[in-house]
Amino acid sequence: MDHIQIYTIKSNVKIAEDTFKMVLSGDTSLITAPGQFVNIQLDGLYLRRPISIHDWDEQSFTIIYKVVGKGTEQMSKMAEGEKLDILMGLGNGYTVMDKQNVAVVGGGVGVPPLYAMAKKLKAEGKHVIAVLGFGYKDQVFCEEEFKAVCDEVYVTTNDGSYGIKGFVTTAMEGKNIEYFYACGPEPMLKALHKTGIPGQLSFEARMGCGFGGCMGCSCKTLTGYKRICVEGPVMLTEEVTFDE
Amino acid sequence: MNKLEVKLGDLTLKNPVIPASGTFGFGYEFARFYDLNILGSMSLKGTTKDPRYGNPLPRIAETERGIINAIGLQNPGIDAVIANELPKLKPLYNDKVIANISGFSVDEYVHTASMFDKEDQVGILEINISCPNVKAGGMAFGTSAENAAMVCREVKKAVKKPVFMKLSPNVTDIVAIAKACEEAGADGISLINTMLGMRIDLKTGKPIVSTKMAGFSGPAIKPVAVRMVYQVYEAVKIPIIGIGGIATAEDVIEFMMAGASAVQVGAQNLVNPYACRDIINDLPKVMEKYRIEKLSDIIGKAH
Repeated sequence: MDHIQIYTIKSNVKIAEDTFKMVLSGDTSLITAPGQFVNIQLDGLYLRRPISIHDWDEQSFTIIYKVVGKGTEQMSKMAEGEKLDILMGLGNGYTVMDKQNVAVVGGGVGVPPLYAMAKKLKAEGKHVIAVLGFGYKDQVFCEEEFKAVCDEVYVTTNDGSYGIKGFVTTAMEGKNIEYFYACGPEPMLKALHKTGIPGQLSFEARMGCGFGGCMGCSCKTLTGYKRICVEGPVMLTEEVTFDE
Repeated sequence: MNKLEVKLGDLTLKNPVIPASGTFGFGYEFARFYDLNILGSMSLKGTTKDPRYGNPLPRIAETERGIINAIGLQNPGIDAVIANELPKLKPLYNDKVIANISGFSVDEYVHTASMFDKEDQVGILEINISCPNVKAGGMAFGTSAENAAMVCREVKKAVKKPVFMKLSPNVTDIVAIAKACEEAGADGISLINTMLGMRIDLKTGKPIVSTKMAGFSGPAIKPVAVRMVYQVYEAVKIPIIGIGGIATAEDVIEFMMAGASAVQVGAQNLVNPYACRDIINDLPKVMEKYRIEKLSDIIGKAH
């Protein structure tokens, strides 16, 4: 089966400021792990748009995206029944580790892929704390969804307009977290890395292809050069290095 | 006879469709999408004497109908390519591949070409004197007829396999450079490499990619490439591989009519990893539409 398939939009609704949730129906057999992404072709735009997978079942999958440019703006205007050409099941995704007390840590549009991961961790009997960081109240989304599948959920906002004032690391202080799974902006990943807790970090990059053809998203790691699209987007804290 | 078959010098390709260097890794990355054996050949990731990480991120920006990239020749170096990359590709592709070679001095080009020359899997040595994304070398050799000829002559002295020179479009007279390469013994010409481009982020007011200027490719540059293939075809007798924005079977025919014996598909592989397969599948029906019996009949038809 081709990795490019046509998907039909089942719903596309606004869930927070500039943030939309889209459900697409079609073959999902190429999705193998939470944390993977898809690459979406849009009319009039040359390169595809890489977006992480929020959740999936046998007939459909969900993405949550923020309008940040032409591509996502076009997507936000699409309606039920419209079709999208999508390259499926890209990237390595998260791996469940043998650690009992874990956290899923998301920042902004980094929150979505952690939902499917939280479900998977719960299904494997882990104690799961979700820490969801946003800038301010109007940006907050998915809190209820995480509450339904996690043992504890903490929401932080930078300005304190909702939940705990501060960053995700503020909410993590003093909690029993042996291991974490994270996705979010680079400063957040860097702060998590500094805590010394082992975990998995999912990175974002401007990509050419999304499947290892162009080397457009290569980064240096302690275990050699890696392409964020193929050997990532999820990397282990022990292999990641942040340039100062 | 296979109506898609074409020749590049002594090498026969079952069809003229070749993924271009830098858009197809070392080939095996695409084996999960389709059987690579359908391809006429493939041009591997540009290889240098020493390993290179390439340029800082971001390396990519989108344009209208195209992309600018500043990868900067990331590759593991010739020794690792021969030890690791070629063996990984070997079980997945039976025909000869094109080794794409870059360097920062004539000696480096000669060294890397000589190493590839010993490899059975390699059918053609493609000498890239046109990479716009490295500070020294690369394009510096491809923007002067004298330097291009010098690289070509020295490589030819050291190798047995056919040498194709990959030319830069960022010159005032592409014909003079192509002729200089032919006189220096080149067995063929690949053109064009990327055009020098730039994109600026309106929010920051700064160029998007880390090197500021970078290589522009994609369907947007196709007319420039067709024009250059046409000009070079009039001036040289050696075969030409046409490159520049090819995305459809119709594009392949257009390049061949301009004078290309085969073509390379570049940026389109990044948008659609099935691009080469789809083009090969579409060629017979497009040929029928234009009443083309054999592809080799139309080479240079526009002249």
